Amino acid sequence: MEPRLALPAAAGVALVVGLAAAAPWLKFVFTIALAKGLAVLGILLLLRAGQVSFGHALYVAVGAYTVAFARPGIGELLVLLPLAVASATAVGFLVGLFVARYRDIFFGMLNLAFSMVFYSLLEKLYTYTHGTDGIRVDRPSFAGILLDRVPYEWVMLALVLALSLGLGALARVFLASPLGQALPAIKTRETRLEFAGISARRVLLVAYVASAALAGLAGGIIAVTTLHVTPLLAYWTHSGELVFIAILGGGGSVLGPFLGAIVFELVRVYASAAFPDAWQMILGAVLLGIILFASRGLWGLYEDLVSRRGARP
Amino acid sequence: MTLLLLLAILDGLAYAALVFMVAVGLTLVFGVLRVLNIAHGSFFAIGAYVAATLGTAAAATAAAPALALPVLLLAAVLVGGALGPVVEKLLLSRIYVKDHVLQLLVTFALFMVLEDVQKLIWGVQPIFQDAAVKALGPVEVGDIVYTRYQLFLLPGVAAVTLIGLMWFLRRTLTGRVIVAVTHDREAATAMGIDAQRVYLLTFTFGTMLAALGGALASPTTSLVPGIGVNMIVLSFAVVATAGLGQIEGAALTALLIGLGRSVAVYFAPEFEVVIPYIIMVVVLLVRPYGIFGSPELRRV
Repeated sequence: MEPRLALPAAAGVALVVGLAAAAPWLKFVFTIALAKGLAVLGILLLLRAGQVSFGHALYVAVGAYTVAFARPGIGELLVLLPLAVASATAVGFLVGLFVARYRDIFFGMLNLAFSMVFYSLLEKLYTYTHGTDGIRVDRPSFAGILLDRVPYEWVMLALVLALSLGLGALARVFLASPLGQALPAIKTRETRLEFAGISARRVLLVAYVASAALAGLAGGIIAVTTLHVTPLLAYWTHSGELVFIAILGGGGSVLGPFLGAIVFELVRVYASAAFPDAWQMILGAVLLGIILFASRGLWGLYEDLVSRRGARP
Repeated sequence: MTLLLLLAILDGLAYAALVFMVAVGLTLVFGVLRVLNIAHGSFFAIGAYVAATLGTAAAATAAAPALALPVLLLAAVLVGGALGPVVEKLLLSRIYVKDHVLQLLVTFALFMVLEDVQKLIWGVQPIFQDAAVKALGPVEVGDIVYTRYQLFLLPGVAAVTLIGLMWFLRRTLTGRVIVAVTHDREAATAMGIDAQRVYLLTFTFGTMLAALGGALASPTTSLVPGIGVNMIVLSFAVVATAGLGQIEGAALTALLIGLGRSVAVYFAPEFEVVIPYIIMVVVLLVRPYGIFGSPELRRV
């Protein structure tokens, strides 16, 4: 990671750990926020190709339900999370084979359709999923050790911080690679990409499967953090949230998703309690504002701030 | 068995008529404005809620049974006339030049806003108002007692809408102007056509169709939060299966998907929601641009 990002990343980690130590309830909020940040990182990969998915909550739910189904038999966190990633990757590959043929409207809406189908299946197949009641997940062990609640929360936060840093760096390497560089080409002129001998469908499929894997990991983390999974994880509002965070954070940097996710979750803790029935409305209005007036998101604002200070004599 | 099948067909017809009303507005707006309006589902839901509110108010008056049907139309005109122009002027007219993803995001954001507007106005408790169904009464089909509303009115309105729309677009001046703008906006503008006005008109009309679909659906179901999203996803499936922008095609696929779904309701209820999408996926695998659609030219 180049120094330009290393500094804000290190500052972010210090801030998260410091705040979580000062206010214990923030551990939970930050863990969920960073998990969502991982899913949004996947959305960012797709956004680079100019594609937006309104259905990535599908993979979050696949990851979470994988953990919920496997937990009675498997008690180890370090096995459960890879399982969640594996199943989301598999589903992402199958769905991706189909949706990677499409762009723009079809891409977005087909993803929405798949996620809503999965949602209603989770709701209706009561014998397996317990419908809207959801499934309780027992706290798993970490590296063979059963932890109490407070140390467990610290371990989860540390784990998700490490994952965010590692996968964020990996995403950066990926975006700089030839394959990653082909993504913006899909957005500008796909035909030219194909004239250069590169299959746009395959490039998009790789990004799509990666985004599904990231969302599945996020789902797994959410399941072992909230210790309860419900079909709501797959609902369209949840997919909308992921897209919202991606736009809020800004697509310019791999740190954007995490910045966006933390701001989003912090605001949500207060706002959704104060206005439970107007929460989507606030999100929608802010989303409109960002798209129409500040399209580079929070990260863009940060960059403006830094470059202005740098320009000063 | 045959009884169930007959019931499934009757249900499917009525349901297909409702889906068609929404899908045709969606596909018309897309055909002209080139924007897929996700908030179309909200217009459907708001139409349904306004119709229920007006229906309840009308039921309290002396002329109750006679008013039950007209208020449905009134709801559609009110919602379409109030929301359509505002949304087009304030929001959509700013984004015609932007790329598809941003357009989708804008209508999605509007959808989020309108979902909560419904919750704030009508709450989250189910609302039920079936005065219109009662006003028309029941009818016997073989051994089945069915409602006249679902057997005659819904398919009737859908058929009139389809035929009326085809006539309007092909035979009237305004209709032909709309078609001209759809085919080539620049050429049409050069001929002196006010494309902005055509957009405004089409969008308002499309909004009315969605609201009418909602108003017509309201007496047959309980209104709860979430009906908007189900309808937009389903009508997108219809529109995509037919090919974006295809009006007659939307009628046919609405029928196909409506019947498929209601057969599933009776014979495999767990998979009711999945059937429309299976139909869509199968069609799109064979014909990626829909049954009646044609591939867009690719720019180099």
